[in-house]
Amino acid sequence: MTTAKAPAVGPRPRSGTAAAIRGRLQQLLAFASLIVIYTFFAIASPYFFTYDNFISILFSTVVIGTLAVGTTFVIISAGIDLSIGTGMALCAVMSGVFLVNAGLPLAVGVLATILFGGFMGLVNGVNVAVLRIPPFIATLAMMLVAEGLALVVSDSTPIYFTDVSGYGDISTGHLVPGVDIPNAVLVLLAVAAVAGVLLTKSVLGRYTYSIGSNEEATALSGIDVRRWKIVIYTFAGLFTGLAGVLISARLGSAQPATGMGYELQAIAAVVIGGTSLSGGKGSIVGTLIGALIISVLNNGLQIMSIPQEWQNVILGCVILLAVYTDRVRRRETS
Amino acid sequence: MTAEPALLEVEGVDKSFPGVRALRAMRLELRPGEVLALVGENGAGKSTLMKLLSGIHTADAGHFRLDGHPYLPTSPRHALELGISIIHQEFNLVPDLTVAQNIFIGREPRRGRLLLDDRRLNDDAAALLERLDLPLDPRAVVGELTVANQQMVEIAKALSYQPRVLIMDEPTAALNDAEVATLHELIRRFTRPDTGVIYISHRMGEIKRIADRVTVIRDGEYVDTLDVATATTPDIIALMVGRAITADSGPEGVRADRDTVLGVRGLGTRSLLDDVSFDLRRGEILGFAGLMGSGRTEVARALVGADARSSGRITLRGTEVRIGNPADAARLGIGYLSEDRKRFGLLLEQDVKANIALSALRDRFTRAGFVRDGALRTRAEQLIGSLRIRTPSAHQTTKHLSGGNQQKVVIAKWLVKDCDVLIFDEPTRGIDVGAKDEIYQLLNQLAAQGKSIIMISSELPEILRLSHRVVVMSEGRVTGVLDAAEATQENIMRYATLRPGETAEAPDRTAGRP
Ligand SMILES: Nc1ncnc2c1ncn2[C@@H]1O[C@H](COP(=O)(O)OP(=O)(O)OP(=O)(O)O)[C@@H](O)[C@H]1O
Ligand SMILES: [Mg+2]
Repeated sequence: MTTAKAPAVGPRPRSGTAAAIRGRLQQLLAFASLIVIYTFFAIASPYFFTYDNFISILFSTVVIGTLAVGTTFVIISAGIDLSIGTGMALCAVMSGVFLVNAGLPLAVGVLATILFGGFMGLVNGVNVAVLRIPPFIATLAMMLVAEGLALVVSDSTPIYFTDVSGYGDISTGHLVPGVDIPNAVLVLLAVAAVAGVLLTKSVLGRYTYSIGSNEEATALSGIDVRRWKIVIYTFAGLFTGLAGVLISARLGSAQPATGMGYELQAIAAVVIGGTSLSGGKGSIVGTLIGALIISVLNNGLQIMSIPQEWQNVILGCVILLAVYTDRVRRRETS
Repeated sequence: MTAEPALLEVEGVDKSFPGVRALRAMRLELRPGEVLALVGENGAGKSTLMKLLSGIHTADAGHFRLDGHPYLPTSPRHALELGISIIHQEFNLVPDLTVAQNIFIGREPRRGRLLLDDRRLNDDAAALLERLDLPLDPRAVVGELTVANQQMVEIAKALSYQPRVLIMDEPTAALNDAEVATLHELIRRFTRPDTGVIYISHRMGEIKRIADRVTVIRDGEYVDTLDVATATTPDIIALMVGRAITADSGPEGVRADRDTVLGVRGLGTRSLLDDVSFDLRRGEILGFAGLMGSGRTEVARALVGADARSSGRITLRGTEVRIGNPADAARLGIGYLSEDRKRFGLLLEQDVKANIALSALRDRFTRAGFVRDGALRTRAEQLIGSLRIRTPSAHQTTKHLSGGNQQKVVIAKWLVKDCDVLIFDEPTRGIDVGAKDEIYQLLNQLAAQGKSIIMISSELPEILRLSHRVVVMSEGRVTGVLDAAEATQENIMRYATLRPGETAEAPDRTAGRP
């Protein structure tokens, strides 16, 4: 009975490169729709296709994009983080506390703010991994806590950074002389590149996919799932902190009440970029394209004077469409 | 007892879960260089013992010894480090990672502290697969492999730790004969004078082929250990179930004049199926045989609308029906018991009662939209009794049942529904011999009551024993339809290995002619 061995294992498996190409396809698809939407607005409105407006789109991409890149890790691990929007507002306020109220040096204050974001993520991670509170609930609670704390700490008034020299430059300055690309955009590209490398080439990224794909199998393989979940949420928190710095540096002030709603836009960007909410799949490039799609839509609809209510309706429909096409495509290839 | 010290020794081990005493004074001795089979009914405690050995659970009492030294694993990783590798009963790979990434998960070669060295990872995996003679691509994504290939990945992963003791919990439940042979070849090469294998299986034939001794347990207690060379299968089974099992009997007589209940013509899907046609008669058990990947499960899924059809007509008692999804099928009285209970068949977090009632909730257990809990519990308890589902109560969370008992819950679920056409996909996978026999009797009873049954199975003896007729498939097509009289092991294998286009000297009763 032990004769044939090659046919015993059935048909030859599909190769990994085929899968990789199909992964790319999703990004190409998202990129193509970005181009389509962009072209549509360029034709529909004379004010859309200008350099100034291009920069303005990039600016709004920065905040959503930074949050989205961090939260991509959480979502790939089959978690969710609803606290990133109000958390960002709280971090902006904390930046004001560190730099304006406490008068810390610029670099120290910025670093402290980012670490504060990480600390919020750490609390989320402990709640999820150690106390085993479902991520949706744990981060919903954190969303409310951060919203409230931002108002309490700032006494419900904006904190202005007028006296902190160089703070605005973090977002609006131009690091590369002669090229009119604001620093905030460069910062996003830099952190996205780092995040991309970590996701695809580091232990952190590998276990992020692994936990999201099959948590139990990961644990049985001897990996400390609890610890890695804490690391993932903490890591995502750092991006919340960074987003808080970038948004307040751009506005010149910390607005304690403006964070709500960003979390949904960031999650939408991640999902449009092809990351699965059930975990195990996703990419940073996809997320960046998703963030661009969202800010192009926001911007274009605004320029065409579509009322805010309708903008939301359209955005909602785009999310449905994006996820639906992804579903259909997946079903066809499998 | 023996002069040579045991490789692994289990003594006086107790383990209880809330409401269940899973193990009581359990003992076991694995000698160096042997393959020890471990058998027992569903829920006897086999998997529990393995979970204790791999450090997932801790024993309430008793001790383990490895090479004569106390062995106290604290976690799966710790067990691996001490030299015990386990292939668990349930699928335990990460579907979105590649073969190589799965094999070396937790031990990835790195560059520096943080970055991974994927080239070396793939090279190491390729070398390992080469050494084990497994034709797998290290870069293939595991979720896209066949079940058999996934099983091979689990084995490669387990062996990559170079364990002293390899434990396999029903490794062949999802494999066909050729794949089982490949697995056994691997086991034979693994067993050296200083290693040992514990092999859990419900298939007696396999145990006779691969094992040296067999330890029988019953109700969480040690019964006996026999030499495979001298023990007969009925001996082993009698020890297992504590009673004798009736011998195999062929299917009851077929009557070709029975009216057709379900007619399928020209069924096709985009991925695999091509022009599949067959008739299912009233009171008939129609077996579906074929190699892994021949399209048997796909036929069932396409039939009940779980997958999209690209062509084909389905008639039910002569009238054409439209089946867009499994809910349509269920409404028409066609029930499908999926082969992969974990993914498609069960709500693992819900209790046994809720699972049993799930598909029949609306038509049987509600009044004005409210669930009638009393009626539901009564019926559930009835089925738990008649299928002998081992559970402390109907309220037990389903994931806490043993693998075989979960399978019985799936069967109970469809029995409640009272369908006219039942499609069973690998109905006895992971089910012990005693319970198998009960399920066979149950299928016969259902057929006698006039229900029509499609039974997909990779176990030929099962097909031969139950089917009135056998549909044989190969590469997405029907290559033959055999009567019980023609259906022999050799005949079925011949049709199962036909390539589309080739014809055996086919009997006239091929598919599609009413
Ligand atoms: N985590 C748990 N919680 C509660 N009960 C459990 C748990 N794990 C196992 N059991 C119970 O312990 C008993 C033994 O289960 P086990 O899985 O060891 O059986 P098994 O011999 O492997 O059966 P099978 O052949 O069906 O796989 C069963 O009654 C089962 O319901
Ligand atoms: Mg078991």
